[in-house]
Amino acid sequence: MKRFTIKIAIVLSGVALMFSGCNQQGGKSSNGALSSSAAEKVYVAPGEQDEYYAFLSGGYSGNLTVYGLPSGRMFKEIPVFSQFPTSGYGYSEETKPMLNTSHGFIPWDDLHHPDISQTNGELDGRWIFVNGNNTPRIGRISLSTFETEEIIEIPNSAGNHSSAFITENTEYVVAGTRFAVPVPQRDMPISEYKGNFKGALTFISVDPEHGHMDIRFQVIMPGFNYDLARPGRGESHGWFFFSTYNTEEANTLLEVNASQNDKDFIAAINWKAIEEYVNNGGGSKVSANYAHNVYDESKHMATSTMKNEVLTVDPTKVPGAVYLLPTPKSPHGCDVDPTGQYIIGAGKLSADITVHSFSKMLDAIEGEKFDGEAYGIPILKFDDVLAGVVKSGGLGPLHTEFDGKGNAYTTFFISSEVVKWQMETWEVVDRKPTFYSVGHLMVPGGNSRKPFGKYLVAMNKITKDRYLPTGPEMEHSAQIYDISGEKMELLYDFPTHGEPHYAAGCPAELLKPNSKKIYRLDENEHPYGIKSPADARVERSGKEVHIYMSTIRSHFTPDNIEGVRVGDKVYFHVTNHEQDFDVPHGIAAIGANTSEILVMPGQTKTIVWEPKQVGVWPFYCTDFCSALHQEMQGYIRVSPANSNIELSWSLGD
Amino acid sequence: MILGPLFLTGLYILPLWNIMLGAPQYPEPLGMNIHINGIRGVSEFDIQNIDGLNHYIGMKTLPKDEDMWEFGAFPIIVGVMIALGSLTGLLGYFRKVNYKSFFGWFLLMSVLGVLGMYDFNNWMVEYGTNLDPNAIMKLENPDGTPMTYKPPLFGHVKMLNFDVTSLPAAGAWMMFIGMTLTLVAGYLGWKTSKPELITNKNLH
Repeated sequence: MKRFTIKIAIVLSGVALMFSGCNQQGGKSSNGALSSSAAEKVYVAPGEQDEYYAFLSGGYSGNLTVYGLPSGRMFKEIPVFSQFPTSGYGYSEETKPMLNTSHGFIPWDDLHHPDISQTNGELDGRWIFVNGNNTPRIGRISLSTFETEEIIEIPNSAGNHSSAFITENTEYVVAGTRFAVPVPQRDMPISEYKGNFKGALTFISVDPEHGHMDIRFQVIMPGFNYDLARPGRGESHGWFFFSTYNTEEANTLLEVNASQNDKDFIAAINWKAIEEYVNNGGGSKVSANYAHNVYDESKHMATSTMKNEVLTVDPTKVPGAVYLLPTPKSPHGCDVDPTGQYIIGAGKLSADITVHSFSKMLDAIEGEKFDGEAYGIPILKFDDVLAGVVKSGGLGPLHTEFDGKGNAYTTFFISSEVVKWQMETWEVVDRKPTFYSVGHLMVPGGNSRKPFGKYLVAMNKITKDRYLPTGPEMEHSAQIYDISGEKMELLYDFPTHGEPHYAAGCPAELLKPNSKKIYRLDENEHPYGIKSPADARVERSGKEVHIYMSTIRSHFTPDNIEGVRVGDKVYFHVTNHEQDFDVPHGIAAIGANTSEILVMPGQTKTIVWEPKQVGVWPFYCTDFCSALHQEMQGYIRVSPANSNIELSWSLGD
Repeated sequence: MILGPLFLTGLYILPLWNIMLGAPQYPEPLGMNIHINGIRGVSEFDIQNIDGLNHYIGMKTLPKDEDMWEFGAFPIIVGVMIALGSLTGLLGYFRKVNYKSFFGWFLLMSVLGVLGMYDFNNWMVEYGTNLDPNAIMKLENPDGTPMTYKPPLFGHVKMLNFDVTSLPAAGAWMMFIGMTLTLVAGYLGWKTSKPELITNKNLH
C-alpha cells in the first residue's frame, strides 16, 4: 500500500511536469509545422481529393464524423445514436424506430469506437461498426450510403465500452461491458458487488451478405470492468483479447480502489471454442429484453423488433475457452499487431508497455502453467507469456497501432506524446508531442493485417490554446503526423467534432467507387412514396391526414392544401423525384414539434405536424435546391376542429 | 464496296451525334446521344435532368422516340441504303455493274446525310427557339432580343452557365469510314476500268 502511494505521487507530479513541459514543446513545434514541406504534404488543392477517409467517433455527440486525410477536412456527420435535425434522423417517422430500446426511445448515446469490416484481416469497406456506450448498443453503417442501417441493443451489459470490434472476417462484432452489473438485473445492495456482479462479453454474428446482426452468445465473465478489445488475426484468429480494470471489484471510489492491484488482466477468449460449444447445444437461453432496429434501404424505413431471449455461456464450462494474462497497471489499450503474434497491453498508470506473446500464451496453456485462477478461470504466469517490455520514458500509455513495417505507435496521455517503437527489439525510435493529452490514435488499417503506414492521426482530449478561443467550451484537437519516414513529422492540426475516442481509416479508393449518388425512384418501396407527381394526393383517416407529396425543382406537389383541422395529425410524406446527384429537397412547417427533414433524390421521408391553431400556415423547402428555391413554398389551411371543409389540394391553379 | 455500306450497321447500336452540357455545378457533364431511333442520356438520368433544367428557360422536354417521325423512318432508310450498297458491291464483284454505281450510291448517301443534318438542325432551331412564353427565366441578348438556346450542330457554344459541345459520335464516324470506303472503291474501279480488273476484291 505504501509503495502504491509513492507511485501515485510520482504519477501526479509527472502530470504537473508534463503540462508545463508541453506548453514549451508546443511553441517550438508550431514553427516546425509551418514549414513549407509540411504545408505541401497536407495541401489538397481546390478540386483535388484526399487520399484517405477517416471516420472519427463523435463521443458524446452520438454520431460519427467523416474526414479526409491528409487535409483534415470534415465531409459529413453521420447520425447514429443521436437525433440529428440536419437530416431529420430520429425525428422522421422512418428513423424514429432506429433509436428504440428496452428503455424506450433514447435520443442520444456516447459513440466511442468505429471499426471497418474486414475480409481475411484486411479492410473490405462494406460497413463500419460503432458502439453506443451509455445505453448499450451496436450500430452498423453502410459505406455505400454512409447512413446507419442497423442498431442492436445489448442486454446484460452496461457501459458498452470494449466494443464494437470485429473478427478478421467480420464473423462477429464484439460488445464487452465496462460496468459489471447483476445478471440478470435485480434489486440488490450495491455493496454486494464483489462476486455477484458479472461482466458480459457479447458476440454478435454478422450476416456476410446483408450485414444483419444477431446476438449469437454472451460470455458471462467475472465482474471486472472490460475496457478495450482487439481480435486475434492471422495465427491468433479465433481468439479475442479484452483488457480489464477493477479486477479488485470495487464498487466505490474506483479512482483509488480499482488501482490497488499491481496487475489487472487481459482476458483471452477462444471464441472459436465457444462457438463450437454453442453449435453443439451448449449455453443456456435466458430471458432478456432488447431492441433490434433495422433500416430498409428500398423502403427508406426502419422497423424495431423487441427480442426476449439471449444465449449465455458460463466460460468455466467450456474447456480451453478463457485465460487471463496478468498485465500491469489497469491496462486500457489491448492491441494486436498485424501478424497476430503480439498483444500489447498499455497499462495506463505505468511508464512501460507490456507485450504478450501469442505463441508463448499457447505454450503456457499447453503446459498448464497457471498462477491460480479467478472464479474458475485460469490465470497464466506473467513471465511465461511476456514477449517484452517497452521502456518508453513516457507516462500513461493508452493505445497502440501499427504501420505494417515493423513499427508500433503508442499514445501517452499523461506525457502527451506519440512514441514510435520497434516490434521485437522493443526499442523506442522516436517520440513527438501531441496537443494535448492524447487519447487514441489511428493509422488507416492500423487495426488490421494490412496497415497503410503513411499518416497517423492523434486525437486529443485537451485543446487549450490550439485555436482561436471560443469560450470555455471548445472542440477537441487532432494532429496528423507523417509516419512514412524514420522520424515522425507533425504536419497539421485540426479541430474535431464531439469527442473522438477512436477512429478508423482506409484508402479513398476502397469506398469512393461504391458511394451512392442517388436512390433510384423506381426502386422506392416506401408505402407512402409516390412514383409520379400525378399520384400526389391528400387522404384522411379519422384524425390522421396523410399528404402524399412530391418535390422536384422547384415546387411541391401539392402546394395548397385545405380541409385540415385543429387536432389533426398531419403526415407530410415527401418523395424527392430528382434523380440528379446532390439535389436534396427539405421541408419544414411552421410550429412543427420536430425537425425539418432532408430528402435525398429518390427517397421518401415523413414528418408529422400537429396544428394547434386555426390559420393559413406556410411550409417551405429547407435546402437551397435551385435558383427558384426561395419560391419552393406552400400553404396549408387549418380550420376549426368542427369544420366541414372538405380536403382539397392543388398545384398551379 | 460491300464492306463500306456494312459500316452503316453501326448506326443501329452507336449514337450518330453527341451533345454534352457541362457547367460549374455539373463537373460530370450531362449528355445526350442522338441515335437514329431516338435520344438517349449519356448517363441513365441525363435526359430527365436536362429536361428539368430546361424547364426554367421554357424549353420543351426532349422528344420521346414516338414523338418524331424521323426516329421511325431513319432506321428504315439506313437499312435500305445498306441493302442497296451491299447489292451494288456484290453486283460489282460479279461485274454486273461498274464503278459509276458506287459513286451513285455515295452520292445518294451524301444527299440523304445532308438532308438528315438539315432536318436535325431544323429540329434544334425549333427546340431552342420555340419557348414557353411563361418561362421562369426570360433572358435577353445584349441587343435586347429574346435569348434562344439552339444547340450547335457542330462544335462548342456557351449558353448561360453551360458549355455545350456537339460532335458526331461513333456511329457517324463509322458511317464516314464506310462512305469513304465506297469512294475508294469507286475510285479504284474508275482507275482500273480500262483493263477491266476487279481491284475492289482487295478491299474485302
